[in-house]
Amino acid sequence: MLKFIKHNLYGIDNVELYPMISLLIFFGVFVGMFVYVAKMPKPYIEDISQLPLEDDSINNEEKL
Amino acid sequence: MEKEQFYYDNKIVKLFLYATVLWGVVGMLVGLLLAFLFVFPNLTEGISWLSFGRLRPLHTNAVIFAFVGNGFYMGMYYSMQRLLKTRMFSDTLSKIHFWGWQAIIVAAALTLPLGITSSKEYAELEWPIDLAVVFIWVVMGINMIGTILKRRQRHIYVAIWFYIATLVTVAVLYIFNNLELPISLTKSYSIYAGVQDALIQWWYGHNAVAFFLTTPFLGLMYYFVPKAANRPVYSYRLSIIHFWSLIFIYIWAGPHHLLYTALPEWAQNLGTVFSVMLIFPSWGGMINGLLTLRGAWDKVKESPMLKFFVVAITGYGMATFEGPMLSFKNLNAIAHYTDWIIAHVHVGALAWNGFMVSGIVYWLVERLFKTELYSKSLANTHFWLGTLGIIFYALPMYVAGFTQAEMWKQFNPDGTLVYGNFLETVTQIIPLYALRAVGGTLYLTGFVLLVINVWKTVAKGSEVEDELAEAMPLKPISSARQNGEGFHTWLERRSVLFTILTTVAILIGGLIEIVPMFLVESNVQKISSVKPYTPLELEGRDIYIREGCNNCHSQMIRPFRSEVERYGEYSKAGEFVYDKPFLWGSKRTGPDLHRIGGKYNDNWHFNHMYDPQSTSPGSIMPRYPWLIEDDLNISKTEDKMAAMVNLGVPYSQFEYDNALYILKNQAAVIEQNLRQDPEFVKNYGNSDIQDKEIVALIAYLQRLGTDIKAQNE
Repeated sequence: MLKFIKHNLYGIDNVELYPMISLLIFFGVFVGMFVYVAKMPKPYIEDISQLPLEDDSINNEEKL
Repeated sequence: MEKEQFYYDNKIVKLFLYATVLWGVVGMLVGLLLAFLFVFPNLTEGISWLSFGRLRPLHTNAVIFAFVGNGFYMGMYYSMQRLLKTRMFSDTLSKIHFWGWQAIIVAAALTLPLGITSSKEYAELEWPIDLAVVFIWVVMGINMIGTILKRRQRHIYVAIWFYIATLVTVAVLYIFNNLELPISLTKSYSIYAGVQDALIQWWYGHNAVAFFLTTPFLGLMYYFVPKAANRPVYSYRLSIIHFWSLIFIYIWAGPHHLLYTALPEWAQNLGTVFSVMLIFPSWGGMINGLLTLRGAWDKVKESPMLKFFVVAITGYGMATFEGPMLSFKNLNAIAHYTDWIIAHVHVGALAWNGFMVSGIVYWLVERLFKTELYSKSLANTHFWLGTLGIIFYALPMYVAGFTQAEMWKQFNPDGTLVYGNFLETVTQIIPLYALRAVGGTLYLTGFVLLVINVWKTVAKGSEVEDELAEAMPLKPISSARQNGEGFHTWLERRSVLFTILTTVAILIGGLIEIVPMFLVESNVQKISSVKPYTPLELEGRDIYIREGCNNCHSQMIRPFRSEVERYGEYSKAGEFVYDKPFLWGSKRTGPDLHRIGGKYNDNWHFNHMYDPQSTSPGSIMPRYPWLIEDDLNISKTEDKMAAMVNLGVPYSQFEYDNALYILKNQAAVIEQNLRQDPEFVKNYGNSDIQDKEIVALIAYLQRLGTDIKAQNE
């Protein structure tokens, strides 16, 4: 892809750093995300995924 | 600690439910009228505010902002209160949000048919309404964040993250795309020109799909699908990955709407690469939604709501597979400007948004009115009519798009076009347009059944406006718990920081796309022979915008042999430097107009605008008799030029001082040209055609794309 963008960006100083920075941001975001998701404790995950099913309204059981 | 008692605000949910249903009918009715105009183009003849170009933005705005928007608020107000175990932050803000939004819709429904439009797709509303939208959006934002801050549930469920992403991103997009310089209450010019304007518009347009039609509904999906299936989401971990990767990647993909245009190549390629990557989070989300129903498929048979959800999520999967495919250049070369795109967006709108809303409405109306649905079988009939409607809509449009694209590109052995007359490629697909209208009718009929069902359910139920609930208040967090908790768990408690991080994630892509456009001069090569529009042409251009010509005509010739042969030299970025706003268009119901200037004489245009079918038998373009009857309003011409000067258009002092004189001279020349036709003299010989709007429009059309010819000579 770089060959398409290079000639348009000659004017910017240190332009060669841009793709490297972009790649690092990208890589970092995704690796970080996967690591944290993998590390999340299972009981917590189960807890929070039950949230929509909790029903705190009081008059619900008599109807529906 | 004791449980606290409090009330959920069901009234606001109910109001939004009614609004959703009402605007759904209105938006779809307008759509259906438009569908019929393809088959019976004279249906609304002579009524300016019912002409196609003015109604099309009304349809898109009504469906997106009125129907889908209210549908989102309906689900959001219900689910947020329950997920956070609290009433909304402020009843007053909820009310302002509701009534303010409805007022905006009414304002849109009045101004768009009157031709008060900025012409930028899905951002057509003029600046005073834009300001109102921003105000109401902020009101909603305060209400949302306020609710999060007073919650009784420590962790913020994934649905709410999607709501926050919607809140933040739509605000950013909407403001940047609508930066305009006002001339009067009803007219403004985009501060951007040409290529820049196009890039920002489609950065907005693409992400309006992403953050107004997709993320809010993914949030709703993560709440209502588990609720209706009565089991938790398939994988909560997957939902976190889904969220961050979706919002991070989506925002980069906007330029895929501008492939093969005069947009610089690097931006086009960036759009393609990110569009392809977008498949992964989109399908992650779809799989997560569908697999939530694992082991509950027997319920799908019983429950009409779940049926709607299944087709909705499947439609989401189809549309998000098709989207990346369409952003490959070779496929885009076929699909762009054709009805294929119309099919694509309607799979999204009718299946994903329409069916999600329908499912949620059925589910909510039972809860809000504490009764069972009036008729399950009526809801099932709605489901089948709707599904058939989607099929009858999408399939003919796919065939139409493909057929027309192929016809545009066919060459004879001697190098001429097989279908040199654009109209031949339109008349060929009229039967498919008729089928599409059938599909639309089926879908709307189904939706009317929903209205009846809701009506009857409300009538037999008993409303609970404030629903009593109880939950434990938030406990202070012990330091033991804080040690050892994961980053994301920690992050979810901090809603403000979370919001900021979301903003950062969406801004990275936006900035990388747009900043180079502003910085690098060489992105738009200047062409010395390209000059600003004359005062008369400028007025003509505003009539073009008012009538919504850009809804059916592009002004962007792609660098293909077939297009250069048909229309002339392909469009260059430098030709649009004075186009504020840009008018590239996105659909060719009629031919491209970028090189229309000089192609026909003034009389042809005059006759064609009066009755397109007289010059082009079989044309489905509306008649514009009012352009010939109405005087051109020149009271604002000087203000318009002043605004253009402010925006950097280099009018000379002489042009600026003598704007009206120059305008009248040019108009007189056009009348002289028109008078060379004896037919014209016979019919209009006694009237001052030079004072009429038509003359300005002819001046503009005759100018289009001609500057570059001067350079070639």
